[in-house]
Amino acid sequence: MKIALMSTAALLALAGTAEAATLRMACGAPGPGQNVCIDSAKEWAKKTGHEVKFVATPNDSNEQLALLQQLLGSGSDKIDVMQIDVVWPGILANQLLDLKPYSKGAEAQHFGSIITNNTVAGKLVAMPWYIDTGMMYYRKDLLGKYRLPAPSTWDEMAATARKIQDAERAAGNDKMWGFVWQGRAYEGLTCNALEWLASFNGGTVVDAQGKVSVNNPYAGKALDTAAKWVGTISPKAVLNFAEEEARGVFQSGNAVFMRNWPYAWSVMNQDGSAVKGKVGVMPLPKGGNGGRHAATLGGWQLAVSKYSKNPQLAADLLLYMTGAQVQKYRAIKGSFNPTIPALYKDPDIIKASPFMAELYPTFSSAVPRPSTVTTGKYNQVSNQFWNATHDVLSGNAKSSDALAQLDRSLKRLAPAGFVSAK
Amino acid sequence: MTSQTLTAAPPVRAPSVQSSLQRSRQRMAWLLVAPALLVLLAIAGWPLLRTIWFSLTDAQLGDLTQMQFVGLDNYIGENGVLRDAEWWSAVANTLQFSVISVTLETVLGLSVALLLNTPSRARTLLRAAVLVPWAIPTIVSAKMWSWMLNDQYGVINVMLQGLGLIDTPLAFIADPDLSFFTIILVDVWKTTPFMALLMLAALQMVPTDCYEAARVDGVPRWRVFTHITLPLILPAVLVAMVFRALDALRVFDLIYVMTSNSRLTKSMSVYVREQLVDFQQVGFGSASATVLFLIIVLFTVAYMAFTRRRMQGV
Repeated sequence: MKIALMSTAALLALAGTAEAATLRMACGAPGPGQNVCIDSAKEWAKKTGHEVKFVATPNDSNEQLALLQQLLGSGSDKIDVMQIDVVWPGILANQLLDLKPYSKGAEAQHFGSIITNNTVAGKLVAMPWYIDTGMMYYRKDLLGKYRLPAPSTWDEMAATARKIQDAERAAGNDKMWGFVWQGRAYEGLTCNALEWLASFNGGTVVDAQGKVSVNNPYAGKALDTAAKWVGTISPKAVLNFAEEEARGVFQSGNAVFMRNWPYAWSVMNQDGSAVKGKVGVMPLPKGGNGGRHAATLGGWQLAVSKYSKNPQLAADLLLYMTGAQVQKYRAIKGSFNPTIPALYKDPDIIKASPFMAELYPTFSSAVPRPSTVTTGKYNQVSNQFWNATHDVLSGNAKSSDALAQLDRSLKRLAPAGFVSAK
Repeated sequence: MTSQTLTAAPPVRAPSVQSSLQRSRQRMAWLLVAPALLVLLAIAGWPLLRTIWFSLTDAQLGDLTQMQFVGLDNYIGENGVLRDAEWWSAVANTLQFSVISVTLETVLGLSVALLLNTPSRARTLLRAAVLVPWAIPTIVSAKMWSWMLNDQYGVINVMLQGLGLIDTPLAFIADPDLSFFTIILVDVWKTTPFMALLMLAALQMVPTDCYEAARVDGVPRWRVFTHITLPLILPAVLVAMVFRALDALRVFDLIYVMTSNSRLTKSMSVYVREQLVDFQQVGFGSASATVLFLIIVLFTVAYMAFTRRRMQGV
């Protein structure tokens, strides 16, 4: 740290700007996640004598992207450091700073797959910050009460959910539901649906070679399975649920199972939470006996805007924030999964979030969304996919028709198949 | 009436003398509106022209410096907006939304205005109270209704269940059969006050001697309404309807907040934004924005032609 400090100071002296600079950072919507980010960034500011201001972004990731695109599209210097989703490097690459000259090899300690994901046309456009995968939360106490084992396939999960839901309702809690997840027509639904497809061996919409692969019977079966949940073990309103709506129901004690990201763990185990200490975590179920456990790879990166007036300082802040020390703090304080494999053996982290060690294999084998191969067109692919899925879930289309239609529109998007820009 | 004959008469009487005066008057008038015109040109004309220019290119949001002229490809090409089924479904959604919501708002607005127009001590208070929904920003009211209509913790479902009207909570926003109706409902709640206020202003302009004469003659109330009130306030009602219709045709915030990207309720503006921002297709998105603009222009011109004919007919 000292060396970084001194080199920063030297650089500032060279540039002749003795006074402290102000950096603007966007690390999410106001809430517990942003507070953890602010803590660490302020620490950096105190050490270096510079100031960091925070730009609040919308909660919905699609809207965050829209905001960043508008800011970057106009060449604005209003944001220096920003957090970007794992599927955005291809979309934003042109407007981000190449971090290679600044990182001094720091990228080597992170998961290699994410570094590959963040490298566009030879430029390292973002550093991994935390990794996310879909996880299945469940009520340990309820499964224990009815003496039911943790389910390993979707059908078993649905049966267990149904049984507990009916029994709890009969016992007086008529708000009880079996399973809540993210069914709103947005990127989150793409993540959920990709897990269903992959767990039934139905592929990942577009395969690694850029061929559209979604129109297959396994994918159809996956969507049919999910469509059966709506109105039976999941409220119909799940079709308009994002992460926080699902957590709202689960944390009020009104759901047996919930599909969500790791962040929910620490929030649900805080004081005042109705389900504190009653929550267990397991891998998402398989699609039948021949299927596999599949979790969508999510996660956020930090990147520096190409239009930043203080690129050196911004990169310094970014490297501090993505370094092992801050990642450990974030893992303990906010259950953000580190992107540095070595941290998964850290006893302090394991004590605070036991699931991290348990689910480490899931993290390393998570299913990436087809963003690398579709690059700039990823958003269109994802949008078509979530809309087709939403049509099936809401009962407006049969899965076979919806998938055939999706196949046609994706092929129209890329008549010769998607070709990676790399 | 008299003022009209006065201004209309001079040109007939002495055109040569008047014309120089008229010319200088006209010059003055142009001079006075010039600043406003310039500002309009800068803030409305320039972006419009830029959008039309973009619509003829294949520009991408990621890099606006590199684009190629593609002519009308974005409109009528193989993947052009006019051949996109999703665009036409957005057009259908928007038209449906506009017709139903404006009709409901007009009828409700008129009834509220009539109620408010009856002299009473509470009138001023009521008038202020009625305006509240209109004063709340759309984003706020959309979010507020989303919470109230939620099937898990929404107050409306609790109330309906308490009254015994429904057995299980309704998913107003998520249920595909209900979401469109819900959006119209919220829009009606929000904009009825606007209509009511415009119509109330018109109602207060109706000369009281008409009503007095009717009362003396013993005309029944309903006939007073259809033969005196309605014809006299009709021009104001039509103007209010056009304002609302123009507004409804570019509906965006309500739908975007309440049902996000669902195809079932996508309006033209939501479609345009999705193409422009989410998909980064500045060229294609600008083409759809231009089509949206043309649809609204068409509507406005049709309305102007209609009212002009009507005025001349009178």
